[in-house]
Amino acid sequence: MVRKVKADPKGVLEGPHFMDGDHALAEGALAAGCRFFAGYPITPSTETAERFAERCPEAGGLFIQMEDEIASIAALIGGAWGGQKVMTVTSGPGMSLMLENIGLACMTETPMVIANVQRGGPSTGLPTLTAQQDMMQARWGSHGDYRVIALVPDSPQECFDLAIEAFNLSETYRVPVLIMTDETVGHMHEKVVIPPADKIEVVERNWYEGPKDQYKPYKFGAENYMPGPMVKVGDGYRFHVTGLVHDERGYPQATVEAGKINITHLIEKIDSNRDKIVRFEADQLDDAEVVVVSYGITSRIAIKAVMDARKQGIKTGNFRMITAWPFPEKQIREIASKVKAIVVPEINYGQMVLEVERLAAGKCKVVSVNSTGGAVHDPNEILAAIKEARS
Amino acid sequence: MNVNANANFAQDNPMSQFLRMERMPHIWCPGCGIGTVVTAFAEAIKKSGLDLDKVAIVSGIGCTGRTAGYVKLDSFHSTHGRAIPLATGLKLANPEMKVVVFSGDGDLTSIGGNHFIHAARRNMDITVICVNNFTYGMTGGQMTPTTPHTANASTTPYGNYEYPFSLPFVADACGATYVARWTSLHARQISGSIKEALNHKGFSFIEVIAPCTTLYQRRNRLGDGLDALEYYQNDAEIAHGMDTRQVDIDYQGKIRIGKFVEKQKPTYLDNVNQHYAQVLGDEYELYGKTTPEREAEEKAKAEAAAAKGGA
Repeated sequence: MVRKVKADPKGVLEGPHFMDGDHALAEGALAAGCRFFAGYPITPSTETAERFAERCPEAGGLFIQMEDEIASIAALIGGAWGGQKVMTVTSGPGMSLMLENIGLACMTETPMVIANVQRGGPSTGLPTLTAQQDMMQARWGSHGDYRVIALVPDSPQECFDLAIEAFNLSETYRVPVLIMTDETVGHMHEKVVIPPADKIEVVERNWYEGPKDQYKPYKFGAENYMPGPMVKVGDGYRFHVTGLVHDERGYPQATVEAGKINITHLIEKIDSNRDKIVRFEADQLDDAEVVVVSYGITSRIAIKAVMDARKQGIKTGNFRMITAWPFPEKQIREIASKVKAIVVPEINYGQMVLEVERLAAGKCKVVSVNSTGGAVHDPNEILAAIKEARS
Repeated sequence: MNVNANANFAQDNPMSQFLRMERMPHIWCPGCGIGTVVTAFAEAIKKSGLDLDKVAIVSGIGCTGRTAGYVKLDSFHSTHGRAIPLATGLKLANPEMKVVVFSGDGDLTSIGGNHFIHAARRNMDITVICVNNFTYGMTGGQMTPTTPHTANASTTPYGNYEYPFSLPFVADACGATYVARWTSLHARQISGSIKEALNHKGFSFIEVIAPCTTLYQRRNRLGDGLDALEYYQNDAEIAHGMDTRQVDIDYQGKIRIGKFVEKQKPTYLDNVNQHYAQVLGDEYELYGKTTPEREAEEKAKAEAAAAKGGA
């Protein structure tokens, strides 16, 4: 059951502001009702933690700088079952450290929001420069089979808006939601308009209200695999939470059958609700021969390339993914069946393009405009790829 | 034992109020010390008079880590080594809770070592119980940070040449405000210590030396669980208040036990509230006060206002 309420005015810094994407993430989280933030500093994400630390005393929240990223994400699991809406923010290496516990959050159906302000390279790489190189890690990073939701903002305004959206999705599906932003959006200052609290809709946690002795922390096999309601510690339910395969009571069950029920639920609650979760923007697709499929900061450069191509008489369309995961499969299949080519620019050596190729299944040409990171694309690179793809 | 007798056992067991009897039998080996510590823990919460709904238990991974699953409290079986940060999040999100971390030596002090020292440093208001059997039981008897010098483990087949941690010393040095050590022979003292720790405000740490009969005892030809208890009886010396620098454990040497540290200092949340109230003044709304604390404050405020009005 999804219950929407108006935002708590204590967390809403109403009005127009000039701020960067990292700060906007913190403001979005506060507006969404997040009052617990555990994090560890890492470039280029730290400004979000700093903003939260500054703002939370007045919003009635708590910020704690943990000893490392693993502690931060473990604290979020505790914080969420303690009854709070919780968030952390990190960048590539920190994300790697968090992955095991992201798996625990998936398994225990713990709502939380994790923003990854992406930077370049493996290892320490390019700490202060932009990239989109953790996109596959967001989907496949933790061990075992599971699903998460990942959103990709392209501006500080969208960092604010999608932070709220991330909390809403996280509470609805009881799943960790990732915000896969990047250094450029994180550090870019733009106008961010924060609406008044009564114009912001937030999804409240689905609290259990039935008879006390009938509560089960998990619900498998419901319609569309929707997760069951939650309780918090101290409410007298004496529930058990484990990362082991479990039954609806949360008790460990080490059998093939129990695993099938439990893991199917984790996957299907996202897959079977894909149409409700997937968000995208499409422009000029009707007559397009070539479509540029992009996400995050790269979409803003792609627009310029599409405009230039149109000026040169090339019928080009623009498709921007706002959810990276679940992937907009239906939409990409449809585009692929109508166009000559899809061009996929991304600040990595070719990650999401693999999904596009898989879905295009040979129906159209798929061209990757890849990059080793550190800077956004030159629109001319994308334009050249559009021209080449059409020929 | 027939099925009915088993059902009566579950019903009549004096611990059935504290244990998930439907999860029995547990996975621990005969002669293992963990069960004793769990019983002592159950005794302690019974005697402490705490509302069981307001006590949560968090475990990591391993034999001792399974405790959370057997205890009838809000319980968390987390990832390897991460019980303390999960407990930290739980406590901070819901400060009304008494949060107990219950895990083994390998989990808490090897992979979880960093979290252990930082929770002690912050004086996080949680109780940490470490069942120290000097080995990784569930993974097959490998060396841990507490395995005594020269002891045999599956990853030190020629004897351990690393220096072990003395956990009370580590806890004390990092800022823990309650530190005690017992052996699993000292069931009543463990229980008493846990009761004290539950009522102690701040980071409390209790180490319990316990036998791992299947792996540690056998590999070191030390006999069974009973032999371990005999060793504890002969070689454990009560040394309350002893300087934690002097409580190292040698292979089959003397074990200093007792309460080594008990002191008061503001907890992490006390500091959060005191500091912000000082810096931000009246604008700051105290974070996470428990209901009794808040009621006491409101009462004090109302009385102060009434006294002012009267004057």
